[in-house]
Amino acid sequence: MKKSYTRSLDIKHGCVDMSHGSGGRSMAQLIEELFSQAFNNEYLSQGNDGALLPSIKGQLVMATDSHVVSPLFFAGGDIGCLAVHGTINDVAMMGAQPLYLAASFILEEGFPLVDLQRIVASMAKASIEAGVPIVTGDTKVVEKGKGDGVFITTTGIGVVRDGLMLSGDLARPGDKILLSGTIGDHGMAIMTQREGMTFDTPIISDTAALHGLVSAMLNCGAVIKTLRDPTRGGLATTLNEIAKQSGVGMLLQEATIPVNAAVEAACEFIGLDPLYVANEGKLIAICAPQDVEKLLQVMHEHPLGVQTAVIGEVLEDTHHFVQMVTKLGGRRMVDWLAGEQLPRIC
Amino acid sequence: MKYVDEFRDGELAKIISANIAQEATAVSGYNLMEFCGGHTHAISRYGITDLLPANVRMIHGPGCPVCVLPIGRVDQAIRLALEYSVILCTYADTLRVPASGGLSLLKAKARGADVRMVYSTQDALKVARDNPEREVVFLAIGFETTTPPTAVAIQQAAAENLNNFSILCYHVLTPAAMHAILSVEGGKTVPLNGFVGPAHVSTVIGSKPYEPFADDYNKPVVIAGFEPLDVMQAILMLIRQVNDGRAEVENEFTRAVTREGNLKAQHIVDEVFELRDSFEWRGLGSVPDSALKLRSKYFSFDAELKFNVDYVPVADNKACECGAILRGEKRPQDCRIFAIGCTPDNPVGSCMVSSEGACAAHYTYGRFRQIPIVAEALS
Ligand code: SF4
Repeated sequence: MKKSYTRSLDIKHGCVDMSHGSGGRSMAQLIEELFSQAFNNEYLSQGNDGALLPSIKGQLVMATDSHVVSPLFFAGGDIGCLAVHGTINDVAMMGAQPLYLAASFILEEGFPLVDLQRIVASMAKASIEAGVPIVTGDTKVVEKGKGDGVFITTTGIGVVRDGLMLSGDLARPGDKILLSGTIGDHGMAIMTQREGMTFDTPIISDTAALHGLVSAMLNCGAVIKTLRDPTRGGLATTLNEIAKQSGVGMLLQEATIPVNAAVEAACEFIGLDPLYVANEGKLIAICAPQDVEKLLQVMHEHPLGVQTAVIGEVLEDTHHFVQMVTKLGGRRMVDWLAGEQLPRIC
Repeated sequence: MKYVDEFRDGELAKIISANIAQEATAVSGYNLMEFCGGHTHAISRYGITDLLPANVRMIHGPGCPVCVLPIGRVDQAIRLALEYSVILCTYADTLRVPASGGLSLLKAKARGADVRMVYSTQDALKVARDNPEREVVFLAIGFETTTPPTAVAIQQAAAENLNNFSILCYHVLTPAAMHAILSVEGGKTVPLNGFVGPAHVSTVIGSKPYEPFADDYNKPVVIAGFEPLDVMQAILMLIRQVNDGRAEVENEFTRAVTREGNLKAQHIVDEVFELRDSFEWRGLGSVPDSALKLRSKYFSFDAELKFNVDYVPVADNKACECGAILRGEKRPQDCRIFAIGCTPDNPVGSCMVSSEGACAAHYTYGRFRQIPIVAEALS
């Protein structure tokens, strides 16, 4: 009997169609030719419904994150690497070493395979660079008009070293607040692209996996109380969350918060406040004052922490207000966002 | 960014602040109204009150387009969207303004009204072009800054015979509101010593329309940009005028404002609009010659006429002090429900909606001032 022959995927001209999510042969082919080849690792190639993983000693951390970014490709990255970084960072912010990822795709009928391949390649690259393999996955296809090209959900597992406990409720009055670099880069890269704005120096997303930086920080001997990555809602939202969780207030110094010039200009133009704009490769650390120097030193030595700054301190405040001394020398609150951050009208 | 930082420099701010402290010697103090919501926002966001001595008081004015829109006007827009099934295009700020019956445009949208947020009048025109079988109404609000783009849109719509496009024209005029404030001043507890004049509005109308306030009412006016240092410099200039017994129109914002303003824009506005006899403002009541309507040649683009939706005045929520705040008689914290029943997430009055509204600005940036907090500055 002749060996069955299937024509290989026409990635250059092909599109996702409903059969790619049907569980039939074309789905198997899509998975084989596009996903498995790119993500290739021993767990994935077991070819089962789930991945059988080696036993791990220690407490586990699990995190999940869905990605629905539009545009799918932006300066500095795309939805693929973003989906890898996002979940790795969520695991890392718990102080854990990320070990494995799972990825789930919702594809819209008609989505060009060439774009899908680009996204998958970018995920594979991010996962290899981070040393965190994608060990299992799933694909579904929705009818045209029911999705926005691609949605990707990733889930990660990591392990925490014995005795380590990081949490948003551990900030105490007197503690210092560190920020690993400039704010607003990711959100403004997306916004400016959406609005068709161009700048002399393009705004590039800061999307990056932070677990290397976190590991250096944990190894330096400083006692870190809280780690958070200020993603959606930006620095302001994340600090308000921590203040509320810990039952404290905060006082920031605006002059110490790093913002790229182009990001500041774009925010000004659109009428946004960089404090509320999303980041995808930055972290906030809270530690006791005596640990600041140690932490600053290792963070400055890491490529993702070169611009780390002490941006403020934790206060006693039953209202859990986050306040800021402005560059001008006055005071303001840095409040929770009300509604969406919308452009002004005049 | 160099261009921005120049106007936000902390060192310069200290110098101006020191000058203000030194020169603001009048025991009776200085009550200065910043007319514009843009200035209110800058003052709150940069904490400028911390850099002023106690006898220099900033009073928020009515220059916030969303804030001065009375409930009845929002109702009118909602009726159009719900009962006449038009596509209602609006700027984002207007979406959450509370209207009658617990509604807002946003809530009307949830009930099935086709309300769309646009960034410009051009977006609204595009919606009209893309939906020839639907009626598209643009909610045209704002002071003199937003009027020229509306005028251009009307001219375009006329040229294109875009007959499914019309506007609810709620454009209002700055000088008229200043007159209204000064004419009720007799009944005020706090007399005004001067105005920080609008930035963007003045780029269009120029500084000339403010001259009557100096000449007839004897109130100094200093036109200022929206950057915090602009505002501080304007405050210093006002204090100097008061000290010298002068009442002049001065221009701090010379990098953008001239005496005559933008004549081309004024001409376009004049071609399309004429004065309404009277228009009701929230807080100021009915003010004669204070708003615009379309000239008769453009009547067919006037949604109020096209759809026969009358304006029905509606009283503000009893607890809400927006009216008094817009007149400069009260401060947000004087409202009993400020930050309790009324917050940006659940606004009761319009001043809590727009980021330029006095209540929203004070809630978002300044409400810690009402609550003493052990907040030692970082050493
Ligand atoms: S706090 Fe709310 S209810 Fe009170 S005056 Fe302001 S907007 Fe009106």
